[in-house]
Amino acid sequence: MFCSKKKSLEVERIVKANDREYNEKFQYTLIPEISSLTWFTTIVPLVLVITMTAVKDATDDYFRHKSDNQVNNRQSEVLIDSKLQNEKWMNVKVGDIIKLENNQFVAADLLLLSSSEPYGLCYIETAELDGETNLKVRHALSVTSELGADISRLARFDGIVVCEAPNNKLDKFAGVLSWKDSKHPLNNEKIILRGCVLRNTSWCFGMVIFAGPDTKLMQNSGKTKFKRTSIDRLMNTLVLWIFGFLVCLGIVLAIGNSVWENQVGDQFRTFLFWNEGEKNFVFSGFLTFWSYIIILNTVVPISLYVSVEVIRLGHSYFINWDRKMYCSGNATPAEARTTTLNEELGQIEYIFSDKTGTLTQNIMTFKRCSINGRIYGEVHDDLDQETEITKKKEPVAVSVKSEVDRTFQFFDHHLMESIKLGDPKVHEFLRILALCHTVMSEENSSGQLIYQVQSPDEGALVTAARNLGFIFKSRTPQTITIEELGTIVTYQLLAFLDFNNIRKRMSVIVRNPEGQIKLYCKGADTILFEKLHPSNGDLLSLTSDHLSEFAGEGLRTLAITYRDLDDKYFREWHKMLEDANTATDKRDEWIAGLYEEIEKDLMLLGATAVEDKLQEGVIETITSLSLANIKIWVLTGDKQETAINIGYACNMLTDDMNEVFVIAGNTAVEVREELRKAKEILFGQNRSFSNGHVGCEKKQQLELDLVVEETVTGDYALIINGHSLAHALESDVKNDLLELACMCKTVVCCRVTPLQKAQVVELVKKHRNAVTLAIGDGANDVSMIKSAHIGVGISGQEGLQAVLASDYSFAQFRYLQRLLLVHGRWSYFRMCKFLCYFFYKNFAFTLVHFWFGFFCGFSAQTVYDQWFITLFNIVYTSLPVLAMGIFDQDVSDQNSIDCPQLYEPGQLNLLFNKHKFFICMLHGIYTSLALFFIPYGTFYNAAGEDGQHIADYQSFAVTMATSLVIVVSVQIALDTSYWTVINHVFIWGSLATYFSILFTMHSNGIFGIFPNQFPFVGSARHCLTQKCIWLVILLTTVASVMPVVAFRFLKVDLYPTLTDQIRRWQKAQKKSRPPSSRRPRARRSSSRRSGYAFAHQEGYGELITSGKNMRAKNPPPTSGLEKTLYNSTSWIENLCKKTTDTVNSFSQDKTVNL
Amino acid sequence: MAMNYNSKDEVDGGPPCAPGGTAKSRRPDNTAFKQQRLPAWQPILTAGTVLPTFFIIGLIFIPIGIGIFVTSNNIREIEGNVFMYYGLSNFYQNHRRYVKSRDDSQLNGDSSALLNPSKECEPYRRNEDKPIAPCGAIANSMFNDTLELFLIGNDSSPTPITLKKKGIAWWTDKNVKFRNPPGGETLEERFKGTTKPVNWLNPVYMLDSDPDNNGFINEDFIVWMRTAALPTFRKLYRLIERKSDLHPTLPAGRYYLNITYNYPVHSFDGRKRMILSTISWMGGKNPFLGIAYIAIGSISFLLGVVLLVINHKYRNSSNTADITI
Repeated sequence: MFCSKKKSLEVERIVKANDREYNEKFQYTLIPEISSLTWFTTIVPLVLVITMTAVKDATDDYFRHKSDNQVNNRQSEVLIDSKLQNEKWMNVKVGDIIKLENNQFVAADLLLLSSSEPYGLCYIETAELDGETNLKVRHALSVTSELGADISRLARFDGIVVCEAPNNKLDKFAGVLSWKDSKHPLNNEKIILRGCVLRNTSWCFGMVIFAGPDTKLMQNSGKTKFKRTSIDRLMNTLVLWIFGFLVCLGIVLAIGNSVWENQVGDQFRTFLFWNEGEKNFVFSGFLTFWSYIIILNTVVPISLYVSVEVIRLGHSYFINWDRKMYCSGNATPAEARTTTLNEELGQIEYIFSDKTGTLTQNIMTFKRCSINGRIYGEVHDDLDQETEITKKKEPVAVSVKSEVDRTFQFFDHHLMESIKLGDPKVHEFLRILALCHTVMSEENSSGQLIYQVQSPDEGALVTAARNLGFIFKSRTPQTITIEELGTIVTYQLLAFLDFNNIRKRMSVIVRNPEGQIKLYCKGADTILFEKLHPSNGDLLSLTSDHLSEFAGEGLRTLAITYRDLDDKYFREWHKMLEDANTATDKRDEWIAGLYEEIEKDLMLLGATAVEDKLQEGVIETITSLSLANIKIWVLTGDKQETAINIGYACNMLTDDMNEVFVIAGNTAVEVREELRKAKEILFGQNRSFSNGHVGCEKKQQLELDLVVEETVTGDYALIINGHSLAHALESDVKNDLLELACMCKTVVCCRVTPLQKAQVVELVKKHRNAVTLAIGDGANDVSMIKSAHIGVGISGQEGLQAVLASDYSFAQFRYLQRLLLVHGRWSYFRMCKFLCYFFYKNFAFTLVHFWFGFFCGFSAQTVYDQWFITLFNIVYTSLPVLAMGIFDQDVSDQNSIDCPQLYEPGQLNLLFNKHKFFICMLHGIYTSLALFFIPYGTFYNAAGEDGQHIADYQSFAVTMATSLVIVVSVQIALDTSYWTVINHVFIWGSLATYFSILFTMHSNGIFGIFPNQFPFVGSARHCLTQKCIWLVILLTTVASVMPVVAFRFLKVDLYPTLTDQIRRWQKAQKKSRPPSSRRPRARRSSSRRSGYAFAHQEGYGELITSGKNMRAKNPPPTSGLEKTLYNSTSWIENLCKKTTDTVNSFSQDKTVNL
Repeated sequence: MAMNYNSKDEVDGGPPCAPGGTAKSRRPDNTAFKQQRLPAWQPILTAGTVLPTFFIIGLIFIPIGIGIFVTSNNIREIEGNVFMYYGLSNFYQNHRRYVKSRDDSQLNGDSSALLNPSKECEPYRRNEDKPIAPCGAIANSMFNDTLELFLIGNDSSPTPITLKKKGIAWWTDKNVKFRNPPGGETLEERFKGTTKPVNWLNPVYMLDSDPDNNGFINEDFIVWMRTAALPTFRKLYRLIERKSDLHPTLPAGRYYLNITYNYPVHSFDGRKRMILSTISWMGGKNPFLGIAYIAIGSISFLLGVVLLVINHKYRNSSNTADITI
């Protein structure tokens, strides 16, 4: 729907573009008094151009619809006439009841009615919406969850929902369900939004509340704007300028005409009559003005716009065809969805990237661990050097074959040995991994153990333990059963001390079969290290080193600790906890205090390092793009810690950075203050630096202040979160933010909403005047993809939202490197060359008329044959320049990637700008002078070989036309730097075509049929057999081209650009080129205190201890601990309260009475 | 992401984008064209190619220029066939209103166009309700002075020089482009129903006595109808054929030119000229081309020298810039 709207806009634009420039002429050409050209001269190119544009638009439209249909035609199960029927998504209406199945993509905003899980719970993944990786819980109203999967009852469901109007607030919903004479308030917890994916829930039913563009996701996706490139805008400006220039020429010639008619023509009246009704030299001048506008209109060629489109289309196909951007994993080739933006890919200055799914794979793997001061997970080869883990090595696994998760890969045999030798510390470590978590287990139909985890980090840890012989088997609210190297052991779960973002740790207190009570705790090292028993001193320092090492590799780390508890002590503590749970006042603080109390004097065991797996080649890509002077900002909905962690993992943040500013204030005043401080540090250092080194004068000082941006030395990074960003985007602080952000090497925005992403992009776009690119995979990136100059979607995944909104899509972040550095660079380079040549060509072609005007009484007589004017741009010279525009390469793709600095000319817009345009124009003017005056000098009083005079108008026209075609062909030959077969065919072919058409049109036969249309009969034959004419053509060509060659040679010789150097080097290398060696992967040697990055959500502890999320086969909870929970408030309430940032009026929800 | 660890995450197993995937259909073809790997010639401007080119152009152009210049200057010797031209200056035969004021169909002998000439001929289309043949301003303003050349011999009785009227027009013009209208026995009958151009003394069928040089195919007329490109022009008027190899065509002596003055040029500050010229391998006398060749050749040579010097002097410093790859 959006697309079709966009489409119509597009058509309008093109027509308009043609409107402004051509329709005008169109009308005048048909008035005989001023029509200096015959009708076909204008109509033929116009029709050709319009046809080609129409064909291209039709193709574009077709493919767009195809991908739209792909989404709209996805099937869903809808309850119609008391039956579940398959229906296309596009036909789903508000009020329908829909059945969703596990791992299905939600395509409308639904009110959850019932689900397969107990109590109408269902789990959703919201990575598409906010980039967070953990699962969220939604639960249905108890009245509706009773409906279950009973189709007949569902069909009879006739509740009425009154709710808010469609809006873009993803975390809020307010409404009321009226059913069976009672009203039930609805909030966000009962709504499943479009863009979510159903997880761990075999089915659920929902009622459609918002569909299509009304969904919160679509409301967030911003407006679809028509995108144009800066070259487009420049081109339009230039076209206007050229029009101005054209009018100026027209005026000069019109004045000339008036004067001439008055001074010269007046005496020449005997021979040169006045036309009827224009016997006045002023009026004649006026008419002449319009005649010249028509004649000179070729200076703005009709074919320019269509040629540009054709070239872009060609470049788009090259992107689609590129095998190096094809991902075989999910069979996804790169796709240029918009075919009008290609050259802008060569001018990107800012990249805004999503994190989850774009930079990361959203897969966590257990990478390394440190147990009791020893690191496991490093692979040493014979030379005792760290080597990259290769696939050849056998992964390590202890467990029985069937229990091994095949995807798990851990390569250190030392750990296996330790396990086999029975090292108690190692065993304890793995035991903690298997016990201290919120994972649920389940056996699937084939008897395989399946873990359902709400946090991918935990999934990685539990799976690691499983593969190393400590298999988490099952749990009940009171017990956890694990298999320890083959023996089944059941632990009694005494207490569950849940995660939260303040505690940054979780603990379980279990009683093992031997009767010992143990507290197992895992959490952020920074927090846990303060709670260690003093006896851990040595191990602490050792483990700290290891943690730093892990963190330096960008791994997410957790410290693992335990504590032996005394029976009596625990009982006392547990009593207090029960009291605390029943308390009504300050309950949370009390509980927190109790947790704090028991989690002390911990014994350190070691640390784990989980890799938030980056997409392949992310680091290389980012390094390479940074070298290309592209700034990369990460905008994510995820937590600050995770975002920073990824920043380090991608090498965007390093320890070498002078300063990492963190803006996390919650009020406008705080944010302003933080920004001010950051700027102070930034500028303060620079000032002192410059003052210290240069004893500068006042004047210099002033200059320094002005160009302060350039003088910022050292690397800085800015990290800002969503709340602060909301304040910082307010008008008065905006500039401070921008100034600061643009001086930082890296910017990370976390916890931002989709709209904020767009706002950040807009900010940079508007105030920096830079070309921006946004890349993302999820629906939460749509707004930013739409607002950036170029939007890139990661394709090949479930959610198509981002891809549909994007201009380019491919399967992996790393292809961005090739898209920008190769395709973008080439596109820009080719487009610029094309434009330069095109403007040059048309100036050279057209201005000859201007010079001729001075010798023909300013009478608007054309120099060339009418047919030549008609065909010059579309037949004689279009293909070679198109071939250059499509195929030219200055340096090879490999070199473009190897040398990212080559990208810079595009960012600085060096290859085509107003200055270049003037040079092209001057070049064209010079050529037109040579083209006119050399034949003029020769023809003045000339006679042919046979004595017959050759200075007639027709010979003159043929000579000039032939010279022109040859000169521009030589020029394109000079401009073409990559001569493929196609270029050869086109260039030589164009020349051949010119001569064959020339001779055909000047032949006797065609004259015999249309004597009035082809009056040039015999001219070509007569003219081109004269040596003298060929001498003129040769001279003209040499005179036109020689200065250009000299100028270019001097430029390349004296001031070679990087491109020139590489071309020369490339040529030298061509014969014996060594296989290009890949740059060694940049290894980080940084050491950093680990941050706490863990995708986890509070509340699951309670869920487990209450047993609410366990299937009916599990015995219902009866323990005292559980009862205490009931006493306070319902666990679901607790869970939901904690899962939302917003405080909603949930307590009023009296209907939830469990 | 759902951590359904067994069924998902195969992606993790190997590099997801390693070559050799299963779905072959969507993988782009590995052709040189699609992968932009077409073999190509990649010329670049180097001292080794540019400098020699400049020298070669210089070395070729200067001799050509000298050749043309010398030939052109030698043309005044009255040997071989001599061509007699009339020249007009300040006459704008290239003015648009003038250029288009003709009807090529009529001139090609089209009988309907003969009686109903094209509108382009206005205001010289009809006269006294009769179509003008040939119509239009070009025909109307045809040069109609008569030039005669006499040799004043020793016996002081002027010998008229034979001036050949035919062979002065392009072959295509004479045989293809211009044709008399079909029909009647005599030329007069064929032009029946038309009237002469306003400025003409005689109708078109009385331009010459030779039937092969009368009407539209009169060569003086054809030459005139081939409009000049520039306001100063000359047109071939007559040929003076060489009689034998022994005598020069126009022996040294005093000549007498008799001009029957019909054509007014004073009104527009025009000038008439009569030119006698021989021609060479490259046409008539043309000093410009020779000089232009010498000039361009010299510039090219000089540029070559200058570039050579610059290249040797400055290149070393700039070219050592390392390429960091």
